[in-house]
Amino acid sequence: MEKQKVIELRNITKRFGARVIANNNISMDVMRGEILSVLGENGCGKTTLMNMLAGIYYPDEGTILINGEEACIRSPKDAFRYNIGMIHQHFKLIDVFTAAENIVIGTGSGEKYDIKKAKIRINAMSKKYGFYIDLDKKVYEMSVSEKQTVEIVKALYRGADVLILDEPTAVLTPQEIDRLFKVLSAMRADGKSVIIITHKLNEVMAISDRVTVLRKGEHVKTVNTAETTEKELADMMVGQKVTLNIDRPLPENPELRLEVEGLSLMGSEGHPVLDHVSFAAYGGEILGIAGIAGSGQRELLESIAGLHHLQKGRVTYYNPKKDKPITFYHKTFDRVMELAAEGMLRYADGRDFTGKDADGHPLSKKAICSQVEAGDIFFKEDEVINLREKTPLQIRELGVRFSFVPEDRLGMGLVGNMDIIDNMMLRSYRRGKSVFVDRKAPESLANEIVKSLQVVTPNTNTPVRRLSGGNVQKVLVGREIAAGPKVLMAAYPVRGLDINSSYTIYNLLTEQKKNGVAVIFVGEDLDVLLALCDRVMVIAGGKVMGTVDARTARKDEIGLMMTGTTQQEIKEEGGSL
Amino acid sequence: METQPKKQDRVKKEPLIRLVKRDALAKKKVVLIYAIAIVASLVLSALICALFSSKNPLSFFGALFEGAFGSPRRIWLLLQDTALLLGVAVALVPAFKMKFWNLGGNGQILVGGLAAISCMYYLGGKISDALLIPLMIVASILAGAVWGVLPAIFKAFFDTNESLFTLMLNYIATGLVSMFITIWVKSGSGILEPLKYGNFPGLFGSPYLLTILVFFILAALMYVYLRYTKHGYEISVVGDSPNTAKYIGIDVKRVIIRTMIISGALAGVVGLFLAGGIHHTISTASANNMGFTAIMATWLAAFNPLVMMGTCFFIIFISRGMVEVRADFGFTNDSIANIVIGLVYFCVIACSFFITYRVVFRKTGAKTLESDEKKGENAV
Amino acid sequence: MTLFFVSAISIATVLLYGCVGEIITEKAGHLNLGIPGIMCMGTAGGCLGVSLYMGGLPTPENASWILLVLISLLFSIVFAAALGGVYALLTVTLRCNQNITGLAITIFGSGATNFIMSFVDRTHFDPAGKVISSALPFADRLGGFGRVVLGHGIFVYLAIAVAIVCAIVLSRTRVGLHLRAVGESPATADAAGINVILYKYVAILWGSAIAGLGGFYYIMDYIKGSWENAATIEAFGWLAIALVIFVLWKPGIGILGAFLFGACYIVAFVIPNITPTQREIIKMLPYVVTIVVLVLTSIRKKREHQPPASLGLSYFREDR
Repeated sequence: MEKQKVIELRNITKRFGARVIANNNISMDVMRGEILSVLGENGCGKTTLMNMLAGIYYPDEGTILINGEEACIRSPKDAFRYNIGMIHQHFKLIDVFTAAENIVIGTGSGEKYDIKKAKIRINAMSKKYGFYIDLDKKVYEMSVSEKQTVEIVKALYRGADVLILDEPTAVLTPQEIDRLFKVLSAMRADGKSVIIITHKLNEVMAISDRVTVLRKGEHVKTVNTAETTEKELADMMVGQKVTLNIDRPLPENPELRLEVEGLSLMGSEGHPVLDHVSFAAYGGEILGIAGIAGSGQRELLESIAGLHHLQKGRVTYYNPKKDKPITFYHKTFDRVMELAAEGMLRYADGRDFTGKDADGHPLSKKAICSQVEAGDIFFKEDEVINLREKTPLQIRELGVRFSFVPEDRLGMGLVGNMDIIDNMMLRSYRRGKSVFVDRKAPESLANEIVKSLQVVTPNTNTPVRRLSGGNVQKVLVGREIAAGPKVLMAAYPVRGLDINSSYTIYNLLTEQKKNGVAVIFVGEDLDVLLALCDRVMVIAGGKVMGTVDARTARKDEIGLMMTGTTQQEIKEEGGSL
Repeated sequence: METQPKKQDRVKKEPLIRLVKRDALAKKKVVLIYAIAIVASLVLSALICALFSSKNPLSFFGALFEGAFGSPRRIWLLLQDTALLLGVAVALVPAFKMKFWNLGGNGQILVGGLAAISCMYYLGGKISDALLIPLMIVASILAGAVWGVLPAIFKAFFDTNESLFTLMLNYIATGLVSMFITIWVKSGSGILEPLKYGNFPGLFGSPYLLTILVFFILAALMYVYLRYTKHGYEISVVGDSPNTAKYIGIDVKRVIIRTMIISGALAGVVGLFLAGGIHHTISTASANNMGFTAIMATWLAAFNPLVMMGTCFFIIFISRGMVEVRADFGFTNDSIANIVIGLVYFCVIACSFFITYRVVFRKTGAKTLESDEKKGENAV
Repeated sequence: MTLFFVSAISIATVLLYGCVGEIITEKAGHLNLGIPGIMCMGTAGGCLGVSLYMGGLPTPENASWILLVLISLLFSIVFAAALGGVYALLTVTLRCNQNITGLAITIFGSGATNFIMSFVDRTHFDPAGKVISSALPFADRLGGFGRVVLGHGIFVYLAIAVAIVCAIVLSRTRVGLHLRAVGESPATADAAGINVILYKYVAILWGSAIAGLGGFYYIMDYIKGSWENAATIEAFGWLAIALVIFVLWKPGIGILGAFLFGACYIVAFVIPNITPTQREIIKMLPYVVTIVVLVLTSIRKKREHQPPASLGLSYFREDR
């Protein structure tokens, strides 16, 4: 059966600013009644290209033909006129509106405004394709999957024949993905065209009829799914064959560094975000944290870093101080006496230091100070520091060497409007008693990081928001590692980065591990988690589902845990699976 | 593209004007754009004044300079007013840098002035000026600080909208001034005669110099404070990215409260000088709307206290120059000055658009409104 | 007591016009701090219209109520909307900072008003004020109640009508839905095919036009044509902006809120035998009350009671 072309893109080029070419001379077609995957790595220009069909961007060069006629899509309104609807990755819904209000928005000019009639129409449509939505629910009360459903219904309600979905499965559970794919198949059967923007090969194989592969803003090839393999697609996507070849040495005498017990946190809407999370992290290993986006990973790391008020739980840091002299660098006199009372301290010759002399008389403050300053008093064991209810500042003042690469780089880890030097100072500016900041040391640190991590920037006085995603991340990770951490937490550190930058980050993390740092890595790509980490902890809905050995674990096992099956349950059903 | 058969059709359909965000514009060009805007707005003002008075529009500029620089006294007044406005701008700038919309400059000035005048009224003559003046200084700084810190406390703890809070405090301050005047002036005239005690001494025989020196020095100090101190660094971080501030352990609440104490206190100092150094009395109009005018000055200076010296000077130059224009052109009230200042603001505010965006016209591709400039940019 | 209610309603009317105008612009995502200046400008326009019309008459007694009202209404709306148009041009098309632009508009608006008023022939204000503020015909026959409820000029009822219409439009119509969408999330509205720029312009222009009537009403009706300067109207403008928060962006509640504010404002003048000092203290009340409401709503943080989500932000479609 010869299929009809709905959309033809001819030599489309789109630039951002003078240097960035997002799409270069791309031509491709979309057929009626097909599911087409647009495949490519992050930042290859998939979304930009589709945004030009949706009227968000206007191409700098090239033409778009719709049903064989030249079209000019200036705005989303034009896109709707051509029956094109796009579901963006960040949903474009209005939080304080109901589902129904969101769906009817922008439609029906000329008719009387009648939300009841509209609801009847929506319900009829939902039945046809197999959706379920509560039309009177406000969007801010909805789950991600419900919001996506509203978006799809909204596009269909306005008569979309071509539906573009940008990374629709990124935030869904496997069950929700199945449901979505069923709906999409129903739409294909109804003669609609569906375009899925994705970088997940298994989904491409599972659902699509044809695949268009983009790489670095250029069109590589369009193939029929039936005539290709995952491996071939992967090769097209990355250009050359890249196997995940991450160097992973075995952990050397891992030491307990961080212990989290029964951590619980309530979200702003009163639902539990973290539910009795317990785990331990060891120096010299990388602990991976796997889970569907939004399962509490972000909050977990932020809680450990002291950014949230915890309802329950303990966070304990084991300061590697055994047999090291105590100093006044991070300890106050009172803290020294506290440790002495706990029996944590000794003299060089092994006698206990209790703050008293041989006759049991208390030593003077002056005497104790001079002994500490002379380096005569040592820790017997690693110092145990309770981090519960401590602010980030207090944590640092206790001498805890935490580094944290947050998910939101420019919104939390760095200040976009400040230059690289000033961003280096974020951690260190308080140093010293002077009221003035010292810019000399941060400047040399900035230069060092730019050089050693090959940050592409005109100079160190450039505001970091002008740097590309990969370079921003290098600046952030570089700074966090330069602080000489004992615990390094990184949330999605390679998100949006190209292969080379990603590998730079993997190597940096592995290097830290070799130096005895306890690394906690929150990732989304299971292949990376399994290749980089030593152990992988899986969380779902704020609960720990289990922890697996990354060298032996199976992907499907982790996948099941991510969707809420505990490790225990998997073992029990082991035979039947 | 030129060989497209449907070119006619295509041209018709493509958007006429599109906006493109610029990467970054060279400093020189930014200054040039502002210069063009200012000249354009002044020419426009000249034409408007000429239209309503049938005078030669060119004489507008002469009168403007005459009014500002025409005599030594005018020059001194120009500098004194610049210094006062600069003082308010210096007070506001840390708040604005922190993205705290302090619209309460007027109120903070007024309560500062009111505190100083209270000292003068109740203690004047009873204690020596040498004792009275330090007391006035302390009182007005405290009063300004209280007026500044009130909205800051609520902003810090409850995220209460600070622009509306400070705006309301302006009117409460005005009310307090009216109230005290009803207490002090028994005649019911509502006008407090200048008080004799607690007046600031002249410096080197000039009644203006002290004010001018104090506020220009404060501006320089504020530059150092914002650029080189740890406090200034914290203000920038809190203003640009509150989340980052939290992440690195800055106590955001403390920074907001501390900064607004400084902001309010400095505005109080302006009130002090108005009361003790210049007017020796107070009225509800004492702040002369400087709390709002200074917002313009700080914003135009991109929150840089050194540049603020220039923007304040310019604003005062226009308003003092307009006094002469008014007389020369025969306008009966001073509102024409506000019109001209408003026009200048409009043109200058519009500049931010041309600095941030490039306008692309249909068909011409990358050609811009300032196409010559663009060429220059490419050549660099 | 009757006098108190009548005066409170008059002040409430001024505030209600300003408040409803500001609500409409804020619903489009624009915090318009130029409203005080725009209210002044509406005054200037209306007064100009009055003097042009009355100046053309042989004697003031010939003034036709309907013509006078229509002409002054038209002038007031056009002048206020013109200044609103400058604000819209700067903040919508040129995407300038809304707070800064608003302040400039207020400075310009009050200046321009004083300027225009210095040219306007004010001898006509007194007779015109009497005509415009004339009560509904059967008010006096109904005693105190009649005077309170029906004894006002047409502009009072117009204000209430405008507030009710706005409330209905915002909550019950497609236009209202779209306007709210623009203020909550212009990107979403744009993606849904709503002409965001057009909505913003129309909302700002209408909002300004409505606000402008407040100032005109104050001069022509409440103080019956006497004129000092624009400062009083400017002060009402700021109070109107405060009122928007007090009534949680709902024009319907705005009617009650405006009355409350008006009562607060007027109570000082009605209570007999108080000292000038006490009067000044009472006059501060509305501002104190607004602060209290501001603090209370910010403490309670109810989702539906928050300002439009994109208030104060410029919209540029290609922003990445």
